[in-house]
Amino acid sequence: MKLTGAQIMIKCLENEGVEYLFGIPGGVILPTFDALYDSKKLKFILVRHEQGGTHMADGYARATGRPGVCMVTSGPGATNTVTGLATAFMDSIPLVCVAGQVVTQAIGSDAFQEADVTGITRSVTKHNFLVKDVRDLARTVREAFCIATTGRPGPVVIDFPVDVSRAETEFVWPKNVYIRGYHPKLHLRPSAATKKQIQEAAQAIMESKRPCLYVGGGAIASDAHKEVFELVNKTGIPITTTVLGLGIFPEDHPSSLRMLGMHGTHYANYSVQGSDLLIAVGARFDDRVTGKIDKFAPQAKIVHIDIDPASISKVVKVHYPIVGDIRAVLRVLNPLVRDLRPQIAPWLEQIAEWKKKYPMKHNKQVGTEIHPDDVIEKIGEITEHKAVVVTGVGQHQMWTAQWYGFRKPRTMITSGGLGTMGFGFPAAIGAKLGCPDKTVFCIDGDGSFQMTITELATAVYFKVPVKVVIMDNGHHGMVRQWQQLFYRGRYSGSQTFMINPNFSKVAEAYGAYAITISKQDEVIPALKKILAYNNGPAILHCRVAREDNVFPMVPAGHALDQVMDMA
Amino acid sequence: MKHTISVLVENHFGVLAHVAGLFSARGFNIDSLAVGETQDPSVSRMTIIVHGDDQVVEQIIKQLDKLVDVIKVEDITQDDIIERELVLIKVKASAETRGDVMQIVNTFRAKIVDVNPQSLSIEATGGESKVDAMLELLRPLGLIEVVRTGLIAMARRKQLEVPSKEGPAKKKSSRAPSTKKKGTV
Ligand SMILES: Cc1cc2nc3c(=O)[nH]c(=O)nc-3n(C[C@H](O)[C@H](O)[C@H](O)COP(=O)(O)OP(=O)(O)OC[C@H]3O[C@@H](n4cnc5c(N)ncnc54)[C@H](O)[C@@H]3O)c2cc1C
Ligand SMILES: Cc1ncc(C[n+]2csc(CCOP(=O)(O)OP(=O)(O)O)c2C)c(N)n1
Repeated sequence: MKLTGAQIMIKCLENEGVEYLFGIPGGVILPTFDALYDSKKLKFILVRHEQGGTHMADGYARATGRPGVCMVTSGPGATNTVTGLATAFMDSIPLVCVAGQVVTQAIGSDAFQEADVTGITRSVTKHNFLVKDVRDLARTVREAFCIATTGRPGPVVIDFPVDVSRAETEFVWPKNVYIRGYHPKLHLRPSAATKKQIQEAAQAIMESKRPCLYVGGGAIASDAHKEVFELVNKTGIPITTTVLGLGIFPEDHPSSLRMLGMHGTHYANYSVQGSDLLIAVGARFDDRVTGKIDKFAPQAKIVHIDIDPASISKVVKVHYPIVGDIRAVLRVLNPLVRDLRPQIAPWLEQIAEWKKKYPMKHNKQVGTEIHPDDVIEKIGEITEHKAVVVTGVGQHQMWTAQWYGFRKPRTMITSGGLGTMGFGFPAAIGAKLGCPDKTVFCIDGDGSFQMTITELATAVYFKVPVKVVIMDNGHHGMVRQWQQLFYRGRYSGSQTFMINPNFSKVAEAYGAYAITISKQDEVIPALKKILAYNNGPAILHCRVAREDNVFPMVPAGHALDQVMDMA
Repeated sequence: MKHTISVLVENHFGVLAHVAGLFSARGFNIDSLAVGETQDPSVSRMTIIVHGDDQVVEQIIKQLDKLVDVIKVEDITQDDIIERELVLIKVKASAETRGDVMQIVNTFRAKIVDVNPQSLSIEATGGESKVDAMLELLRPLGLIEVVRTGLIAMARRKQLEVPSKEGPAKKKSSRAPSTKKKGTV
């Protein structure tokens, strides 16, 4: 039977196991939306802005490990997805975005709502396609999903001209995908060459005196928490994670050093700097992690396990490179190592001393003011560290990383690489849709929340019960902190308090449940209230201390052990 | 150091943009890039000449390899290769200087391909140093226009194999389908 391109697109998405589509229809994508009308499997989430749609798809992907999917119209619909695509690209998140395009013959003629989408998205996607012939469509969609989800994951755009969506052809679902230029390492058994590299790394681990594990988002993408736990448990090697690696290992475990980097713990950063063997597992040596690069881990030999060969030796010289999937590699590595605790006892003692001497410190409680770090710690306790926590970007994001106490993988969802304000709330909606049985919190800043506040309408309409806690400090707090510390308090562009709306009233106007609080003793009762409300989004607007700072802090461009802290 | 990188790419729409975009986005400088179809019309060959230290060139190759439309990448600098460039040169030639031009053309075994009262057009091929040397000799006579293709290169003995579009030839298909993930993805 012949189907139209639009029908084929919908069939392919169904066959790929897609559950939700996020987006907004418009002119040239209407044939596809018409075909969607007949689908019994795909649920369409009408968002209020395409950026929000991409973040929802992203949150869905991070929470579930399955690709998130968007469908938007040409021109402005497609350009509105760019920030979301770039966010997903930087953090290696699998997305597929179908964008309508003007008729093939009109491409390049500045037609109505035409944009060069493959050109615009080229540098923020893992790959993109322009489908010019309906006979290529099914294969292209399969390839798009394959590319998005395998190897180092990432977003893929399919530019879909309207005439192709109307053209008819026989529908054939390609069984296998073969792309001759694409050979990612799969979740297969490591090759003999890789095994040899793993053996060499194992040898180095067994000989080390001051080893340290540095684990990132790649370990989460690989669902390798069990293997990581086994490695630490067996060897006793201390472990620190990046912000994107939080949750891969329980932070209450004695081997945990918690997060490293600019706002990491003293002891994580000192451990990295003092190590003689740094074992990087699915982490990419971001400058927020390494500080000044030529002073980074000066005595360490480096083991780097990563699925992307281009990630290895990109920033620092690696002595033991291992290209492969984390889970597959650790399954080979773990049996090759033994308990190192006796051999590294002095190192572990040194770390214990750092932990005692430089603990994480709360902001001082003055009067009845609410401090975000305290609220976040309470959210951790009240949810037993099991909730999925999604953040905006800024101080509240870093306090969340420091104080929630992550224990489970895929529970910390945050824009690390691009640092996209406005990511949090829509991503939380996507995460909740993907994990209906989990409690999902969005911990947001007043600035970040307002970038995608319009998605309140989406959350209310679809009754998505996310818990949103807005830390309203009346500032773009992270910017203010930098200006206070590094620009002599010259609050350029942030000197006035932000003109914020009454967030509760705005939320209520959208039909959401909302509470505003401003005293510390109101926190727990208010958290209980929003946890009890499950008929849609519940917003807790916290008016918090205006000028709290995030510490510890390694100023940009400094060595990782040059840590500033509060008095 | 100068590196000659040979790249096999899919011969379709948008591929050049992907490759060129990669170079600009990552701040890699290209000296020259030449592209054309191979013996297999679905595949093009790019010869890219870059300057950079080993670490930069390693990143260039790894990043090129990541592009889905790139089928194969190889740094053939160290190989035994044939390198050629085609150049078209329009040079001033009056009655007095015409003889000088002809002499240079003959020395480099180039060809005169067009004659005008005030100028001569020359076609020459060769490695980079030959072409550069010839241009240096012609320069004092007055270069009007120079068009170079950029170097193309081929290893003498080995070749980059072009895998077929459909994938490697299937092994015995009579076996029961395995439940494990296939080599193809
Ligand atoms: C305001 C702000 C402050 C920040 N401060 C900090 C900070 O203090 N500390 C901190 O850590 N970060 C901080 N960040 C985040 C930082 O910018 C980076 O995003 C983060 O450090 C990168 O984490 P990662 O190294 O785990 O890399 P990711 O971006 O998660 O990269 C993952 C790596 O794993 C590889 N990979 C993917 N899948 C697999 C697989 N299956 N198998 C093997 N490898 C795989 C990829 O190729 C990649 O190299 C901050 C961000 C912001 C916005
Ligand atoms: C889209 C975007 N624009 C600008 C920035 C730069 N920036 C980083 S943090 C920040 C302030 C964040 O303010 P808020 O969301 O209120 O969080 P807070 O730091 O106060 O917790 C800004 C403007 C950014 N990261 N993203």
